[in-house]
Amino acid sequence: MTHQYPALTAEQKKELSDIALRIVAPGKGILAADESVGRMAKRLNQIGVENTEENRRLYRQILFSADSRVKKCIGGVIFFHETMYQKADDGTPFVQMIKDKGIVVGIKVDKGVVPLAGTDGETTTQGLDGLSERCAQYKKDGADFAKWRCVLKISNNTPSALAIMENANVLARYASICQQNGIVPIVEPEILPDGDHDLKRCQYVTEKVLAAVYKALSDHHVYLEGTLLKPNMVTPGHSCPTKYSPEEIAMATVTALRRTVPPAVPGVTFLSGGQSEEEASINLNAINTCPLVRPWALTFSYGRALQASALSAWRGQQDNATAATEEFVKRAEVNGLAALGKYEGSGDDSGAAGQSLYVANHAY
Amino acid sequence: MTHQFPALSPEQKKALSDIAQRIVASGKGILAADESVGTMGNRLQRINVENTEENRRAFREILFSSDASINQNIGGVILFHETLYQKDSSGKPFPALIKEKGIVVGIKLDKGTAPLAGTNGETTIQGLDGLAERCAQYKKDGADFGKWRAVLKITSTTPSQLAIQENANTLARYASICQQHGLVPIVEPEILPDGDHDLQRCQYVTEKVLAAVYKALNDHHVYLEGTLLKPNMVTAGHSCPKKYTPQDVAVATVTTLLRTVPAAVPGICFLSGGQSEEEASVNLNAMNQSPLPKPWKLTFSYGRALQASALAAWVGKSENKKAAQDAFRKRAQINSLACRGQYVVSGKTDTAATQSLFTASYTY
Repeated sequence: MTHQYPALTAEQKKELSDIALRIVAPGKGILAADESVGRMAKRLNQIGVENTEENRRLYRQILFSADSRVKKCIGGVIFFHETMYQKADDGTPFVQMIKDKGIVVGIKVDKGVVPLAGTDGETTTQGLDGLSERCAQYKKDGADFAKWRCVLKISNNTPSALAIMENANVLARYASICQQNGIVPIVEPEILPDGDHDLKRCQYVTEKVLAAVYKALSDHHVYLEGTLLKPNMVTPGHSCPTKYSPEEIAMATVTALRRTVPPAVPGVTFLSGGQSEEEASINLNAINTCPLVRPWALTFSYGRALQASALSAWRGQQDNATAATEEFVKRAEVNGLAALGKYEGSGDDSGAAGQSLYVANHAY
Repeated sequence: MTHQFPALSPEQKKALSDIAQRIVASGKGILAADESVGTMGNRLQRINVENTEENRRAFREILFSSDASINQNIGGVILFHETLYQKDSSGKPFPALIKEKGIVVGIKLDKGTAPLAGTNGETTIQGLDGLAERCAQYKKDGADFGKWRAVLKITSTTPSQLAIQENANTLARYASICQQHGLVPIVEPEILPDGDHDLQRCQYVTEKVLAAVYKALNDHHVYLEGTLLKPNMVTAGHSCPKKYTPQDVAVATVTTLLRTVPAAVPGICFLSGGQSEEEASVNLNAMNQSPLPKPWKLTFSYGRALQASALAAWVGKSENKKAAQDAFRKRAQINSLACRGQYVVSGKTDTAATQSLFTASYTY
């Protein structure tokens, strides 16, 4: 507590900071294409496609063959381990295809959730063993950022103090190790949208969780300028009877972030959770038109919310590949506009009508 | 951790937020005129004036009876208990004299340091006993904000974990109690400039201290939009052989704040510590000229650095009243310019000479 033993040199800091800024450059966000094998099974199942390594390769190829239009709106792509080492039909490694578009390559490095004994079904996330060596290898293989997802849930007794503290700590260890290996850590403390809690409850919990995360990052000497945050938006639970407007979601979300995320963090890249493609874009746009001062980039790191239409356009048929890629490009461009607060919605005039729904921030 | 039991109603939040915004309105800062009897004794001794209640009253009257236009530069005045109940020569209570100029009245609330056993001469602050009742009374008597000064020091073994955590906790308790009674708490975790440590060391310690302070404020459910921060600038220790420029101080200070102070905090009002009047203004100016982002106001809460010249002009003689007021107004105006990064140091050449002394921010 009294002396500094610098964790990073000036050069290391600059490299990390540059990478982070490239990912969240204005109008850009992240394609989260890091679904695990099991998660991809669910997605492919929904369109009647068998979950084989080849089908997963073909599907990611559809996303990665997007043309230069995505350069303006995609700053980074998160890969799953398997995908890092796959190639396109013409033999070009996927990592190469992405880097050739000037997009930064990222890698999911956590190893999933494990139970916390003595809690009400809460979890922490594993993956720290040998993480340093894995990071060094991924860096050699083309990755410049990583992602680690922790999960918390809202119920009568959760999240508990232990769950918050343990997940914050494991996120900080992960972040510290990444930075030692030249990798920008995306810190993801997801609070699930499951439940019937209201917007205020989610805001309260999100503020507590994020305060713990940033205290842990400080304790672990993590260089904030070389990190990104991937939080949930502040929303009501899925079964909450009260409906809220995008402006209310935006105000609650930005207020929570302003109270907890130091301005040194270059960007906040929201997860889409259970939101539909359009919902995720509209909410992101409202966040970027919120009248409060926002000192970080506020953008997207979407999985489903970028891919749902592409998946259903593809349905496993190679004849549909071009149409599927086009669906992805469309969503990418929409979210690029939302990241700038310039998306006007898919037809309904939510733009002007939405402005008047902002509630004065003192209510939050 | 799971449920919110709101500490404040929306109306209470708005009232606190409005007060804080008024104090740090553009170009305005705070006059710290809350020297205790003992500290005033030191000041008066230097100008050979006896430390009597009347002399203390007379000097404060000189400051508070400045022309109303001082309200362009001064947003708040911190008073000591004795002073809150004193009157000017016409019988007008000081709080009324100050408030009629549109300036907010504040009150020092702490009761000084107490030792932390088992540490290397470290302290915590007392004053929590009956604080709620005292706040309620002060609010009735005209105060709208409070101030509480915690003290930490840098040596090879300090500040210790205990000192940081204990001082952060008492600051948070004080802040919570203030807000319950409509007083905006100014949170002051001063790290003394004594010592031979360099700029980097001070930066490291300040980052750790501020991270602990904001975690404690969050734990205690303090409404950040209704608080102000009064930190030390990040400087080298007084006996550090190495010299730094105002730009070095500015970059180190703002970087530290960006890494630790949430954007929800409306204003940061620096203490002047051992700095001369001019030094304190030049450093504040450099911060406001810095290209680094600043989502909070960066202003002053100066005691000595606003009053030294006025004291020297007064030397206890009532015929010097105008000269003393002129000296005070001059420093107030200079610091007001410094808040906007518009203070041009007279006698110095253009800024080109100082530009080359910038150290790249990523080193910090």
